Amino acid sequence: MQLNSSVPPGPIADKWENHKFSLPLVNPNNKRKFDIIMVGSGLAGASAAATLAELGYNVKVFCYQDSPRRAHSISAQGGINAAKNYQNDGDSVFRLFYDTVKGGDYRSREANVHRLAEVSVDIIDQCAAQGVPFAREYGGLLDNRSFGGAQVSRTFYARGQTGQQLLLGAYQALCRQIAKGKVEMHTRTEMLDLVIEDGIARGIVTRDMLTGEIRSHSAHVVVLGTGGYSNTYYLSTNAMGCNNTGTWRAHRRGAFFANPCYTQIHPTCIPSSDEFQSKLTLMSESLRNDGRIWVPKQADDTRSPDLIPEAERDYYLERRYPAFGNLVPRDVASRNAKSMIDVEKGVGQRKNGVYLDFSDAIARDGVQLITEKYGNLFDMYERITGEDPYKVPMRIYPAPHYTMGGLWVDYNLMSNVPGLFVIGEANFSDHGANRLGASALMQGLADGYFVLPYTIGGWLSGLLNTKPLPVDHEAFRKTEAEVADRINGFLSCRGSRSADWFHRELGKILWNYCGMARTESGLEKALSEIPALRSEFEKNLRVLGTNEQLNQSLEKAGRVADSIDLAELMCQDALHRRESCGGHFREESQTEEGEAKRDDENFTYVAAWESQGPGHAAALHKESLDFENVALTQRSYK
Amino acid sequence: MRITLRVWRQPGPEAQGEFRTYEAPEVSEDMSFLELIDAVNEDLLEKGEEPIACDSDCREGICGMCGVMINGLPHGPSEGTATCQLHMRKFQDGDLIEVEPWRAAAFPVIRDLVVDRSAFDTIIESGGYVSVSTGSAPDANEILVPKSASDAAMDAAACIGCGACVAACPNSAAQLFTSAKLAHLNLLPQGQPERWDRVEIMVDTMEEFFGSCTNHGECEKACPKEITIDFIAMMNADYVKSKFKNRRRLGQKKAG
Repeated sequence: MQLNSSVPPGPIADKWENHKFSLPLVNPNNKRKFDIIMVGSGLAGASAAATLAELGYNVKVFCYQDSPRRAHSISAQGGINAAKNYQNDGDSVFRLFYDTVKGGDYRSREANVHRLAEVSVDIIDQCAAQGVPFAREYGGLLDNRSFGGAQVSRTFYARGQTGQQLLLGAYQALCRQIAKGKVEMHTRTEMLDLVIEDGIARGIVTRDMLTGEIRSHSAHVVVLGTGGYSNTYYLSTNAMGCNNTGTWRAHRRGAFFANPCYTQIHPTCIPSSDEFQSKLTLMSESLRNDGRIWVPKQADDTRSPDLIPEAERDYYLERRYPAFGNLVPRDVASRNAKSMIDVEKGVGQRKNGVYLDFSDAIARDGVQLITEKYGNLFDMYERITGEDPYKVPMRIYPAPHYTMGGLWVDYNLMSNVPGLFVIGEANFSDHGANRLGASALMQGLADGYFVLPYTIGGWLSGLLNTKPLPVDHEAFRKTEAEVADRINGFLSCRGSRSADWFHRELGKILWNYCGMARTESGLEKALSEIPALRSEFEKNLRVLGTNEQLNQSLEKAGRVADSIDLAELMCQDALHRRESCGGHFREESQTEEGEAKRDDENFTYVAAWESQGPGHAAALHKESLDFENVALTQRSYK
Repeated sequence: MRITLRVWRQPGPEAQGEFRTYEAPEVSEDMSFLELIDAVNEDLLEKGEEPIACDSDCREGICGMCGVMINGLPHGPSEGTATCQLHMRKFQDGDLIEVEPWRAAAFPVIRDLVVDRSAFDTIIESGGYVSVSTGSAPDANEILVPKSASDAAMDAAACIGCGACVAACPNSAAQLFTSAKLAHLNLLPQGQPERWDRVEIMVDTMEEFFGSCTNHGECEKACPKEITIDFIAMMNADYVKSKFKNRRRLGQKKAG
């Protein structure tokens, strides 16, 4: 099968404008004849659902939480990028585009990224009008900061809670449409399968998490905004409930999964403290603007940090990357932290961290200014660790945080399955092999507010005067039966281990062999261990209770089963990509200085995997990437 | 350390509930409170007893999904801390900890520690937004917002919708939650056109579900985001004013 990215012709700066004009429109009176299913209520899902309802479509939204306001976008701290150039420091749409393509290590689709940069400015306008309380200058204008290694100040923020405020903006817009009856909201409802008939996505099968009811929903189009797959690692910065079921079930029904090995390990998280740890907490990357990262020069140095004199500290990022220092991109910062801990220079009781030290910043700017900038982060750190970062340097360590891979989509955000669109982190499209800071919120809202509402019309206009497939159609009945069988399988297994136990084991395999650094032999080992874990899961899982109740272990079992399968595909993809790029670091492919070395000749493509069914290796399809506007260079942050 | 938990178990919304006691003999002080519940649940599963149903999601104190009464206090003993951010170092070896769901008529128990807080969503749906459809916004810097207004709005907007304020209130009132959303929007220039409608409809909707405020101030003390009851005063003042302001429209059809 040939993958058609549907990128419109013409100069890059005109593509989106021309494409919008060439897309067929749906007459306002006809919009109300179309039903849309939206799975997920995060930044992408909520913003898209609200906007589509405003346009007049009938939207059904599904989320597993008790309210759409809880989606994990809410945890994003740092900010959102936009090429407003309010600071007059040389920013432009082209520069944001260029930085994002380069930051993604030249593994993203140029046209998508340019569109993202173009609509970034509209997002800020929209959110400000909604009442998102962005930080302000004294004159009442919007404030910006430089973030995540960008050399211009283009990041808009709302204290350390930008994700929360943007999500609440989208949630409130969604609530307005719920009140108007244009959105039918289904909370505590989990999508468990995608229904396909005649090669086209027709609807979904859900489980009511309170009653266990298995139910079909039918529509003219299905949109997944179900987020990323960092939780495959067990320990990640994602929420406990974040899961891969939506995307993985769609994959099993024919949607291609693109670049699953592109994962982002965020450099500034709080190191795990014990084996009971259920998740890792991220500290905003903005901390690297003022904090200095160091480890003791001496391995196994157990002195408390204040007793280690300046001369015996290694500010390794400043030493290795004089131009960018502590602000190198995330993948570089994470790998360097790992390299320090690998040579026994880790700090803290478990020797699993590096210091992030604010003493110079406090001496320079005073406690008050530092509190204004980072107060809530410092408080959070103290609550979790019991240490006061105003006095003792923070300890940080990388943790899985974001996944650049996801379901393959074309320029219109439609997957290879007609009628199935994928938005936000759940798709693969804009970040290449590595995402820059403050770009996730930008992409989620770009897809939801400004891209999907246009492109979805292109699909729907062809369906005028058609009805969605009725939910008593055999295709729905058959899928419902399969979903029920799977649930019964979990409940009747009656083994001795919890779903969490399997998840933890899976996480260890993935972190060790498909984490910050990957090798041929390690990945092969993972690919032999994961099937063994799966067969143990099938034999020895224990889920108590019934389907007809709130049953959190049952929910977990289904999610872990899908994660085991996805983990295998991540390793398969990582093994096949014998180059290093962005977040995917293959030890066999590095420069003499230990930096990631791409192999542009052989790997300048998107790897889109087609499921061949359980127990069979997925088949690879390639979408080659052409760079016409940005020259491929080796990234250097020296 | 050793901890004894007395946990409210209730199989379903209509079922009779009861406290059950569980021993946790090896608790690390670095554990979070919810990680302790996780560990107890692993134990229960092993013994063949159904795990305790308990909501949580981000475990970073921002999503608002978690929240239980811990020794009679919403989110437990630490001020400004959601349940998921509470760590066991706040407790002593040998402590007995009593864990209950939020208790409020508007938040019916679903199972064990899980309650239904959808009344909060209904309040927001009634008017907790600025009516601005996508694409119609002016350039962001054309709306000037005084920094003080923006900062105060942010203080209010920090609400995570967890319901601790309602759980803490002897009347199960939702004034703090409702006033926080009203203050967020009504302090900003963007919120002015709908200000008086918003306060009237949101307060009226709130009163369909929740009790009345009698100024105990327990909500402020329980709030994990330390949102101030000053916003309740602002809401009350605006509500009274709305009765006059909205009279100007007598004879006109109501917007929306």
